[in-house]
Amino acid sequence: MAIDITMPALSPTMESGTLAKWLIKVGDAVKPGDVIAEIETDKATMEVEAVDEGVVAEILVAAGTEEVKVNAVIARLQGEGDEAAPVPKAAAAPAHAPAPAAAVAAQAPVAVPAPAKPLTPQGPLVARNIASPLARRVAQLLGVDLGAVTGTGPNGRIVKADVEAAAGKAPAAVAAPVAAAPAPAAAAPAPAAAAPAPAAAAPAPAPVVLPPTEVPFEAVKLSNMRKTIARRLTESKQQVPHFYLTVDVRLDALLKLRAELNKALESRGIKLSVNDMLVKAEALALMQVPDANVSFAGDSLRRFSRADISVAVAIPGGLITPVIRDAANKSLSKIATEMKDLAARAKEGKLQPPEYTGGTASISNLGMYGIKQFDAVINPPEGLILAVGAGEKRPYIVDDALAIATVMSATGSFDHRAIDGAVGAEFMSAFKALVENPLGMLA
Amino acid sequence: MSAEQFDLVIIGSGPGGYVAAIRASQLGQKVAIVERERLGGICLNWGCIPTKALLRSSEIKHYIDHASAYGLSAGEVGFDLAKVTERSRKVANQLNSGVKGLMKKNRVTVVEGVATLASATSVKVGERTLSAKNVIVATGARARELPHLKADGERVWTYRHAMVPPAMPTDLLVIGSGAIGVEFASFFSDMGAKVTIVEMLDRILPVEDEEISAFMDKALKKQGMTIRTKAAVEKLDVTPEGVTATINGERQIFSHVIIAIGIAPNTEDLGLEALGVQTDRGHIRTDEWGRTNVPGLWAIGDVTGAPWLAHKASHEGIVAVEKITEQPHAHPMDKSNIPGCTYSRPQVASVGLTEAKAREAGHEVKVGKFPFIGNGKAIALGEAEGLVKTVFDAKTGALLGAHMVGAEVTELIQGYVIARACEATEAELMATIFPHPTLSEMMHESVLDAYGRAIHI
Repeated sequence: MAIDITMPALSPTMESGTLAKWLIKVGDAVKPGDVIAEIETDKATMEVEAVDEGVVAEILVAAGTEEVKVNAVIARLQGEGDEAAPVPKAAAAPAHAPAPAAAVAAQAPVAVPAPAKPLTPQGPLVARNIASPLARRVAQLLGVDLGAVTGTGPNGRIVKADVEAAAGKAPAAVAAPVAAAPAPAAAAPAPAAAAPAPAAAAPAPAPVVLPPTEVPFEAVKLSNMRKTIARRLTESKQQVPHFYLTVDVRLDALLKLRAELNKALESRGIKLSVNDMLVKAEALALMQVPDANVSFAGDSLRRFSRADISVAVAIPGGLITPVIRDAANKSLSKIATEMKDLAARAKEGKLQPPEYTGGTASISNLGMYGIKQFDAVINPPEGLILAVGAGEKRPYIVDDALAIATVMSATGSFDHRAIDGAVGAEFMSAFKALVENPLGMLA
Repeated sequence: MSAEQFDLVIIGSGPGGYVAAIRASQLGQKVAIVERERLGGICLNWGCIPTKALLRSSEIKHYIDHASAYGLSAGEVGFDLAKVTERSRKVANQLNSGVKGLMKKNRVTVVEGVATLASATSVKVGERTLSAKNVIVATGARARELPHLKADGERVWTYRHAMVPPAMPTDLLVIGSGAIGVEFASFFSDMGAKVTIVEMLDRILPVEDEEISAFMDKALKKQGMTIRTKAAVEKLDVTPEGVTATINGERQIFSHVIIAIGIAPNTEDLGLEALGVQTDRGHIRTDEWGRTNVPGLWAIGDVTGAPWLAHKASHEGIVAVEKITEQPHAHPMDKSNIPGCTYSRPQVASVGLTEAKAREAGHEVKVGKFPFIGNGKAIALGEAEGLVKTVFDAKTGALLGAHMVGAEVTELIQGYVIARACEATEAELMATIFPHPTLSEMMHESVLDAYGRAIHI
């Protein structure tokens, strides 16, 4: 009998993902545990394993198809003793996804044979972009990837309005009316005159100001990660009132301790980075100032009883924030080990969604690039992010005398809806004290 | 008396109502249609169709009048207005029975009488009560009259009187230069009347592209018509000898007057107010699916507002029915691609934005024009007067609008309408092979001209 393989939910909140790659083809025999496909979500690439045995009868969603809805049938296996009647049965489970998560997502008895695009009623799903000539032209002009556009025309044909909608553009205003005064703020969606929607009501995922067309350019397709970064950070800067507090922190004691600890840990093959220690310092500071370990949740404030630190990691094509859970209560060696593993898997794009979501505060360190000081963008719904610059030798006043010390600047960005200036200052001062007296971190 | 149960009740059997009824029946609905006069509504009884029959008579007369231009000789053409009218009525009657047949074939229950809405889902017609899950109001519109511009049916007419004229006007005043006014002006002028058109705005056919208006202004004047723009008829005095009209303060005598100053929706006595149905300047307000603000109550066609065109009503009927029956391919009404046609001599046809409107909307445009004089078929037909104008978005190549004046353009415009519906760009239009020799070649040339590539100019 035929067994449907459906799009798995890689996290409880996943609604759709990109079917990045098929590792099987029609006619292949698969058995449980075989990796059959790779699925890309907003931040991670996951492997999908077969749970049933059979021969691949049909591949219904082509590799590279974006926004494949969870539970949509993506392939069909012909099992043993096979007849053709398709059985509505979810057969594939993600390789590593937490079981309950998949179950939750699967519960929704969504009538979704709807993959990326509406298709002709009976035919098999073929990922081809049927688009009107004008839609193709406009897509080219706006740099929109037709593969990412859902068509609303006859039989799912992509029409101009779909492309414009995908580009985040009001369909009416093709060009800015001549009379419109040049907007002083470049961020304001320029031809807004036609669309009376209040700016705040519709958080545009991407700015609508088009790049100059007279300069030769190459339109680079947005990865899912880039789309997520664009959307979330735009939301953050638009919706979260940021304020910033900077302190200079003396690092000498911490560096000394790190050298000693690393010597001691050498036999275990563990090497602490400065950043590992700053992660712990941030977590401890949050525990000391619980009013800073908060998240603004609309009609309430969440004060967390644990500090889970999201650590910004640059990876090819973007960045990701693996989370060190309960960092305040973890030993430095444990943090270092976890961080090494998370960062390595992050660079391969193999992190699971639960591993990079749900922190209570973030840290971003650009010290290795020699950056002295910077302001980071809060990663909502977190309430703060710490931006750490380079540790460098600076003239420093010690006991009323000019001396040389290794100093770094750290800047906290705070969500003023949740954290006020004094609380933020208290947190920064606690962080500074912990770094400057690092033995407190070991206790 | 107990209520008769239907899935859908439609009030009004014009081109909106009867088309909606057929589509609903095709989709398995049990349908009743209520009509207070004649099946087919204004369109085929008193509008589109019988006027085309009249205009055909005047066109043939025009050809015979000019027979010598084609190497033919014919004596002076006489006519019997009563017989011309009779032919027009026959055509209307034939189509009226055609609609009757269609209703029967599609098992639509036809209820004769005046409908009132007892509720959003219940319609009273005399003693009968028709209840339905959905009701579509398709009651249409009628000629607008003003207190100082009222028809009497004798010397002062609306289109309805003009269609069955009691006498042949010698000196006709047409108030209003929209499609209806210009068509009657053209008919009576070709039949031999002296015609004056008065328009309040600065040009005739004011909804058309300015160049088309200017072309028509010239063409109609050449035919002997008097055209007065930026002029208002302030007063009409009917005397035994004729009608004295006061135009911009000056008095002038006409034998007859046609009032063609727009239309008024038929919304009275339907019970709309009691149901709290929202209206906008008398027209029922609907969304792009034809839904009113009252659940279960829908409205289509002229009663919902401009453009007051039969094909718009029919399409709205299909849209509404397909939404009511939740068809997967149901598509909302796109009012930007409704062609408009005026069957005067010369004819006018257009779709989309005029050049001015396109610029107003912020488009950078490319405009193509091709004159009839450059087309072999037009010259062979002896119809070398006309223009095909196309307006493209310079950036995207979208065909924003097409505007045509000249012989048979009403039959040609659909080529551009299809192109727009398929979202063709200039590239597809240029790559299309047009048959030779036809008038349609000018449609190709106009597109080519917009991009500086016209061949025969």
